[in-house]
Amino acid sequence: MLFTILSGLIVSLLLLPFGRMLKSKQRILLVVLPAALFLFYLQYIPAVSSGRFLLQSTPWIPSLATNLDFRLDGLSLLFALLITGIGTAIFFYARAYLKDHPYFNRFFGYLCLFMSAMLGIVLADNIFLLFVFWELTSISSFFLIGFNNNDPASRKSAITALTITGMGGFFLLAGLILLGNISGTYTISELIHSRNIIIHHPLYPLVLGLLCMGAFTKSAQFPFHFWLPGAMKAPTPVSAYLHSATMVKAGIYLLARFNPILGGTDLWSNTLMIAGGFTMLYAAFHSLLRTDLKSILAYSTISALGILTFLIGLGTREAVIAASVFILVHALYKATLFLVTGIIDHEAHTRDITRLAGLRKVLLPVAIAGLLAAISSAGVPLTFGFIGKDLIYEATLHAGASLSFILTALAIATNTGLVAAGFMAGIKPFSGKLPVEFEKIHLPSASLWLPPLILAVAGLIFGCIPGIAGQLFSLQAANAIFGSDTQLHLKLWHGFNLVLLLSLATLAAGTFLYYINKPSGKKQHFIQKFNPLSPEFALNRFANGIFGFSTWYTGKFHNGYLRSYHLKILLFAEMLLAYKLWLSGPIKIDFYGLAMLSIYEIAVVVILIGALVMMILTQSRLTAVVSMSIIGYCTCLMFVFYSAPDLAMTQFTIDTLTTVLFVLVLYKLPPFLNLATTWERYRDIAVSLGFGVILSLVALQVHHEAISTQTSEFYANNSYILAKGKNVVNVILVDFRGIDTMFETVVLSIAAIGVYSLLRLRLKTSEKE
Amino acid sequence: MRSIILQTATRYLLPILLLFSIFLLLRGHYYPGGGFVGGLVASIAFVLHSFTNGTDATMKLLGRKPLSLIPIGLGISAFSVILPLFFGLPPMTGLWVQEKFPLIGLIGSSLFFDIGVYLVVIGVVLTILFTISLTDD
Repeated sequence: MLFTILSGLIVSLLLLPFGRMLKSKQRILLVVLPAALFLFYLQYIPAVSSGRFLLQSTPWIPSLATNLDFRLDGLSLLFALLITGIGTAIFFYARAYLKDHPYFNRFFGYLCLFMSAMLGIVLADNIFLLFVFWELTSISSFFLIGFNNNDPASRKSAITALTITGMGGFFLLAGLILLGNISGTYTISELIHSRNIIIHHPLYPLVLGLLCMGAFTKSAQFPFHFWLPGAMKAPTPVSAYLHSATMVKAGIYLLARFNPILGGTDLWSNTLMIAGGFTMLYAAFHSLLRTDLKSILAYSTISALGILTFLIGLGTREAVIAASVFILVHALYKATLFLVTGIIDHEAHTRDITRLAGLRKVLLPVAIAGLLAAISSAGVPLTFGFIGKDLIYEATLHAGASLSFILTALAIATNTGLVAAGFMAGIKPFSGKLPVEFEKIHLPSASLWLPPLILAVAGLIFGCIPGIAGQLFSLQAANAIFGSDTQLHLKLWHGFNLVLLLSLATLAAGTFLYYINKPSGKKQHFIQKFNPLSPEFALNRFANGIFGFSTWYTGKFHNGYLRSYHLKILLFAEMLLAYKLWLSGPIKIDFYGLAMLSIYEIAVVVILIGALVMMILTQSRLTAVVSMSIIGYCTCLMFVFYSAPDLAMTQFTIDTLTTVLFVLVLYKLPPFLNLATTWERYRDIAVSLGFGVILSLVALQVHHEAISTQTSEFYANNSYILAKGKNVVNVILVDFRGIDTMFETVVLSIAAIGVYSLLRLRLKTSEKE
Repeated sequence: MRSIILQTATRYLLPILLLFSIFLLLRGHYYPGGGFVGGLVASIAFVLHSFTNGTDATMKLLGRKPLSLIPIGLGISAFSVILPLFFGLPPMTGLWVQEKFPLIGLIGSSLFFDIGVYLVVIGVVLTILFTISLTDD
């Protein structure tokens, strides 16, 4: 299983440098990757559908409990087949869709990266591994949404999506770490055995909340749903693949995967049912008011994700069965609808539903695919959607006496909206009279219309043989979500019962809604009036607030005046030290414990004070710089007196170089100006005197503290034994704390490159003038 | 600064200082010294040369941009960090050649680490100073 993930990553990396070399006819080779992976996972159907599962483990970072553990069970297989199967269709389609795009190679690179990451999520059995792949999907989604990177709206949507999903990923990581700490294991299949410990742990609500934040942001649940309509700025194949069929289902996968571990409690059910229930109704309503085809599909996708969250929250046997079937149903018809929309956009150059009509006359195979997908989404009998819808009603009807009425009503309302939205996207553009402007449209190549047609027909076939489809794909997935056997058995005909009646009523109501609801620009405007109440608006306000704060903060603290930085740093250090001194009680100074002053020391101090006075009083910069270096050398002599030769040498050379640097810069400075007012001078004197006094006090106080010599003794004793060096300072630098030194040299290098590039850049602009 | 005395002195001082810097670098493991101080002394030598003969002359003497010393130095340090990995040891493990070399003593991977630091320091100091002295406006 590891190689299926690695292959995508390797192809992705190879595509960046070598992708441009592929001629358009050779690009069909790209489809080989998902197709081969699809066939690879198909061969596991017999084994997995009989209830077995596969494990594979490769050590990666054992010391951090992170290993490449993979597990293929029913749920993973269902998702893996969706990812690779729909991936094959998308790769085939995108090859024609982006035929002449200059960044063709990048696009497929990102797509391969995404496919690998997504496979990684559904196969990972280690929670940290899952998290790594989770973040990778967010990143590849960011690149794909912002693929048309010269469009500002596209870039903004990409950043919004990354902010929301990235934030969710952050919460998810916290939740996973807590979960691992509580149960003591980081393997998902072992976590299931610690269920009792986890759900009775006091931190259980926090774990649940963090995990739900991860899932809800990824799967676009209210109030984080708004990134998904924005993500429609991506090329349509991406919307079909990432933002409806697979990536947004990662959150659903997470909830489904953790249902046997965290589920079954009131808190879990209520959280998921409220979030999912609200989202599904809210988004279904919104989808009816949109005029852009992709917006309609985006909102109906959010609604479908809401249904899935809701079903997992419900958590009964029927609900889990419904969820496992609906994942497949939705992926098939929604990917088809997106691909159909892509063709319409590609040929008619508009996605405005009020302008599109009668396209069946010029795009017949596309119209058939659209129709099939629309009736599957509506749940017309003999389609797979019909089975899915029946199961949802069955689940809500068996939810328990008091709830079933409300939940069924909720499901009916949502589904009615979805029926109408499906018709709007799949039938409306093709029905009616063909406008003159679209008469010249020709049917594009089969590369474009074949994938949606195949997906749509697959939906129809599964709908006719639900028993087999359910046995092959959904049974073990449902068992994995439920945690025990669900005895799933799908049937085409259940007889005349309440469920069938509700299903037909939904269909009728949805069709009626489709005829009376005429989407128009006016409704769009109407809904925009409520924007100030939307979570998106709140996020923007929040983001602007942060901008405002950072502007203010930068003006105050990062104003570019070195004197201002010095003043603030010194003041802060003074306050910290003074507070600490005050905490440690009265200051005791033992003058008799101090060493006697020698004549050398007195001489050095006299020179030092002389240089200091000189520096303060002089009007010449050069004198000030030289005085500074005298002070530096005096300090250096002190180090020599107190036997720190390494320190003294370094101080000496550094001081020399600093003086040289000063002299070099001196030539380029404007004449000496007195910028400080008298008041500022007194303030500076006070601050520097304060700093000196406090540091002296600290130095004197240190004598009274018991010093732990453990660390220095360790280095002194071991530097020769372990590192064969006699100079402890050097051994610490190059051996014991070598990594620190390594990074310090990197920091130095960055500083040098900074100086170099800043001055060189300025040189170039002056050259231009 | 065109002073004949300084120019003549520099002609002798430059090799002596450079030799001294290498001496500091090599003895660092046993006595005061090391790559950092050594690198600083070497850069002082070059700075002295650039003061008397002009920055361009020093650049010619170096034969390359000082900036290019930084990646070389970082590369040598990084190499000594990952070298133990090839022997199945954790990174940064000290590796030592068993026999003593004349004049230098024991040679180990930390010496290469220090040589890397030495080169980075020369590169950084000279890059900063030369860039500033060559910028005129």
